[in-house]
Amino acid sequence: MNQVQFYRWLVIINCAVPLVLLSWDAWRGQLGANPASDALHVTGMLSLVCLLLSLTITPLRWWTGWGGWISFRRALGVYAFVYAVIHLGIYVVFDRALSLSSTLMEISSRRFLQIGGLSLLLMVPLAVTSTNAMLRKVGAKRWKQLHRLAYVIAILAVMHYYMLVKSDVRQPLVFAGLLTGLLAVRVHRAYAPTRTPQRV
Amino acid sequence: MQDIPKIDESEITPPQMYFNRRRLMRAGGTVVSVAATASLYRALNPTKLVSLDSKPLLPANVPNVTGQSAGATNPDANGTSTTTGDTSTTQSAGSSTDAAASSTPPTPDELRAKGFLVDDSMTPARYIVNYNNFYEFTTSKEGVASAAAGFKTDGWQFKVSGLVNKPQSFTIDQLHALSPLQERVYRMRCVEGWSMVIPWIGIQLSHLLDAVEPQAGARYVAFETLLDPERMPGQLNPILKWPYVEGLRIDEAMHPLTILATGLYRQLLPPQDGAPVRLVVPWKYGFKGIKSIVGITLTAQEPPTSWNLFAPNEYGFYANVNPDVDHPRWSQATEQRIGEVGRRKTLLFNGYDQQVGELYAGMDLRKNY
Ligand code: HEM
Repeated sequence: MNQVQFYRWLVIINCAVPLVLLSWDAWRGQLGANPASDALHVTGMLSLVCLLLSLTITPLRWWTGWGGWISFRRALGVYAFVYAVIHLGIYVVFDRALSLSSTLMEISSRRFLQIGGLSLLLMVPLAVTSTNAMLRKVGAKRWKQLHRLAYVIAILAVMHYYMLVKSDVRQPLVFAGLLTGLLAVRVHRAYAPTRTPQRV
Repeated sequence: MQDIPKIDESEITPPQMYFNRRRLMRAGGTVVSVAATASLYRALNPTKLVSLDSKPLLPANVPNVTGQSAGATNPDANGTSTTTGDTSTTQSAGSSTDAAASSTPPTPDELRAKGFLVDDSMTPARYIVNYNNFYEFTTSKEGVASAAAGFKTDGWQFKVSGLVNKPQSFTIDQLHALSPLQERVYRMRCVEGWSMVIPWIGIQLSHLLDAVEPQAGARYVAFETLLDPERMPGQLNPILKWPYVEGLRIDEAMHPLTILATGLYRQLLPPQDGAPVRLVVPWKYGFKGIKSIVGITLTAQEPPTSWNLFAPNEYGFYANVNPDVDHPRWSQATEQRIGEVGRRKTLLFNGYDQQVGELYAGMDLRKNY
């Protein structure tokens, strides 16, 4: 295992730590007064955090010049998906009492759930194509294009969060600010005059 | 050709030692990073709960109407079972409003008929004091208990004024002197979709209003929370317009179910639950139960209410619990009873239809949400 591979494992292990602690707390009945709601909030938050971390990889690579960053990106993206799936699972089991019809009814009638649902739905093709084999099959160029969906997914996730808050929107606004920054860096780079002299 | 400098055999790290050292470094790095992640997670998601440790309000201050020695006591304090819903422990809930007329204490059935006592299991005190909506301290429900710890209420006074013949200020002791304290075991339904069952201690609001003699023109009662950002740091953030204000129609305010609570589980109201005095209107969503009251004003016009001012399409003046009238962003058909697994059906007027339904006869509850 070379050093970069080791770092990647560190990322993979550390992203699982919150899940282990959340399960541990749930097992010991230590999620507080409203465990289902607490677990829903924690998993939603973790999904969003992993998503934003995955979007900081590319700027970090630009700024530091170290190519190793890129090997963490897929792991972070897959964790964003995993936490979102658990998030939905908790919602279906505890909030909707395992009723598929009531889940679909509720999701279709609430705008913030529609948006969260769309965000999760768009994650599916990215998760499916997250393996090396799939990357080769799809082809690097198309794979890259497909994975630009991450921007849309992140915007939808922040909207989902912003819309469900009762009145104190400071936290979702912080996430919106971070996301705006991450997207702005990319736009800036795309339109800024290239630093390397253009080939004629 | 350059001379390769000679290195003594003994200076070269043997390969197995080099790999061992790298292994060790990696193992160390893994442990340190996992510990850091775990501590960060723990710092953001603490599991510590505070306990209900305010001074007892009973039995010293509260005449025990049923003559029973045990009332609803905090099950966390004596370490016994966490569900104490059996009626034997709650028989002292409430006293007849005309206690003087009948010397025999009301039976549990009479209390149930009045809505003063419900049979649902009481929510353990540790949940009641660790899960609060009290934006004056913080918008985190789990964070209110620590943010409000140390909130001083010594010398608290609240003023009752407006369209009354005898405007006056009350201390908590003066409030307690107005009529015997009563215990009421009420359901509490939050607009967010969760609920509790809480044994409050307090007096009927009607007894206070009777004391100040409302004038004929008084049609509404307005309430106001303390405004003091130094003691209530949440007020530094303009999440809502401070101070928090609430209101009731006068017939709602005079209803026997409406109380001013100064305690729960037979102990003084702790800061996170609205110390030293708060409103409890069990058939309405919890946000109507304004906390840490400093002003009560009788008015002719419907007074402004905080959540209605914030989002008039989401929170009405009435805010009666109603499973058929959804919040625009979520359903109100079911609720998470704290301490239970799974959700239960929400009841019209939070199950107090029999007692308060007539107040709203002929009213369109969809329009007047
Ligand atoms: C079908 C998909 C989804 C459903 C049904 C769903 C449902 C919910 C619900 C019911 C809540 C709590 C609302 C409340 O307590 O008022 C919530 C909160 C949240 N969700 Fe989702 N969600 C979905 C997808 C997602 C996705 C894909 C993400 C992120 C990538 C996400 C991130 C969040 C966040 C950050 C919160 C707020 C956590 C907090 O309050 O601390 N959700 N979601």
